[in-house]
Amino acid sequence: MMKLSLGPILWFWSKQTVFDFYAKAAEWPVDTIYLGEAVCSRRRELKPDDWFDLARDLKACGKEVVLSTQTLIESEADLRRLRRICDQNEFLIEANDQSAVQVAIRHHIPFITGPSMNIYNVATLKVLAKQGLKGWNLPVELGKDTLEQLINGLKQEGLELPAEVFAWGFLPLAWSSRCFTARHYNLPKDNCEFRCLEHPDGMELRSRESQELFRLNGISTLSGSRYDLMRELPAMDRMGVGTVRLSPEHQGMEEVVRRFDQVRRGGVPATDPLQLVEAPPCNGYWYGKPGMDLVAD
Amino acid sequence: MELVCPAGSLPALKTAIDNGANAVYFGFRDSTNARQFAGLNFNDKRAAEGIEYAHLRGARVFCAINTYPQPDGWEHWKGAVDRAANLSVDAIILADMGLLDYAANRYPDIPRHLSVQGSATSYEALSFYKDNFDIRRAVLPRVLSLDQVRGVAKHSPVELEVFAFGSLCIMAEGRCYLSSYLTDESPNTRGACSPAKAVRWQETPRGLESRLNDVLIDRYGQGESAGYPTLCKGRFEVEGSVYHAIEEPVSLNTLDLLPELQELGISAVKIEGRQRSPAYIADVARTWRQALDSVERTPGMFTVENDWRSTLSGLSEGGLTTLGAYHRKWK
Repeated sequence: MMKLSLGPILWFWSKQTVFDFYAKAAEWPVDTIYLGEAVCSRRRELKPDDWFDLARDLKACGKEVVLSTQTLIESEADLRRLRRICDQNEFLIEANDQSAVQVAIRHHIPFITGPSMNIYNVATLKVLAKQGLKGWNLPVELGKDTLEQLINGLKQEGLELPAEVFAWGFLPLAWSSRCFTARHYNLPKDNCEFRCLEHPDGMELRSRESQELFRLNGISTLSGSRYDLMRELPAMDRMGVGTVRLSPEHQGMEEVVRRFDQVRRGGVPATDPLQLVEAPPCNGYWYGKPGMDLVAD
Repeated sequence: MELVCPAGSLPALKTAIDNGANAVYFGFRDSTNARQFAGLNFNDKRAAEGIEYAHLRGARVFCAINTYPQPDGWEHWKGAVDRAANLSVDAIILADMGLLDYAANRYPDIPRHLSVQGSATSYEALSFYKDNFDIRRAVLPRVLSLDQVRGVAKHSPVELEVFAFGSLCIMAEGRCYLSSYLTDESPNTRGACSPAKAVRWQETPRGLESRLNDVLIDRYGQGESAGYPTLCKGRFEVEGSVYHAIEEPVSLNTLDLLPELQELGISAVKIEGRQRSPAYIADVARTWRQALDSVERTPGMFTVENDWRSTLSGLSEGGLTTLGAYHRKWK
């Protein structure tokens, strides 16, 4: 059976909110939980030791835990935090850029690549497999045809490298040195007053015709529509996908997890996952179309 | 410091070299490079002609193969590396790890440069590319502040090239999927951002509108000058205010930073713009040649001359320039 994972929390939530979220998640039918700050170096509600404690607690609850790394590494301080995450031998890490891959290699830690790592062909996977790659996420802009070719290519090479697919949530699409939340409030990035805490689902960016285009979330930009591949799970299963990733939202997540769990077991939910945060659905990337498109069954 | 200029066509290549470029970079006429534009770029014959022109004048030529091949394109992209090797280019600019591996094994003697699309923003990332593919040089993304560039340069295992002038990507290059979210093409997949085929201009009673795959990117009132609808440079609404929520249409210009870049040991400065005309390339290359010569001669006394500044401003998007992320306050 395909595994279900909870990706790293891409938003900025208070420490208590994070703890409460994972206390509940420990009871949900997810197999793998990615923990850690993957977006902004200024988000330090949880210290590294808080994350490690949480990781051990979730492991004790039977979850496979992977420690996620920051996607855009810019400073020596970022590298120090990265080394801290890799300075252990209990958990896999999710490498979200080549800095993390390099540090993982040096620490002899096996790693999984996150969706922001550019894995577009089998030759790339072969390079990383030699260095300790244990699994990989399909880049969000790629679709089912490329995924199938990659999985078949790996089989031909005799490589056991399970694929993970981002299947539900707002798609992480870009990272910048600029903070768009601070920019909105006319604050300098270095003195941002942590305004992201006020936006647990990001800030909607709309066209002047009120079309939801993107969600601003600190230095990252996410899709304005919610990616939803629930109905594609049977196809993923046939293809040999290893893990299906759900991206945390602060409300309604349990319901989403339970419905995906039902579908992966061959059930058919009566309705789509609850849309507790108002946003249109999309699935275009899966079909090789513009990501924002919604292709009907 | 080497001046590296864009060559979108043979006339642009020649103009860049005639006006002082130490090296030029070009791509083939397909989606194997990150500036796929109709009517731009080189076939093998034109490329050979350009390389000969450059080599006779002591300039070097780099070939950019810096998009990401998917399995069904793998043979084609690999073929592009073979073509570049057969043309005896001085370096191949690559981003994809699979292609870097292919080039390093098949053509170990042709230097490999890591494209800005390879998204290496730290010396650890640079070490990864050096250890695995023995890259000689890397182009740094335009997201680092000068202090951060200093940190990278101090420990870098490879030569560094930084962007000096031209369009400003505000997202970490090589990992921006905004374009394929609104259209079906991105820099990584097709070498195109906000592709021209998806652009539509429309005069309406409310003003001139620019659209990308029907999405309204900007609307211009009377007297406002309209720019190409690059999606991150449009005006959008966030919480009730309409503004350039991501970035204004401005160009990067780092003339002021030349002495610092030299002191940091940066090997080359890069001009963006393979989509630009030969006339543009001539002005930009000449200006930067003068500035680089000046900073070489008298590093402690360098000042930006007014006519350099006005030339470059005149060639910038919206007539505006910025130091971008090099200047921390910009962030």
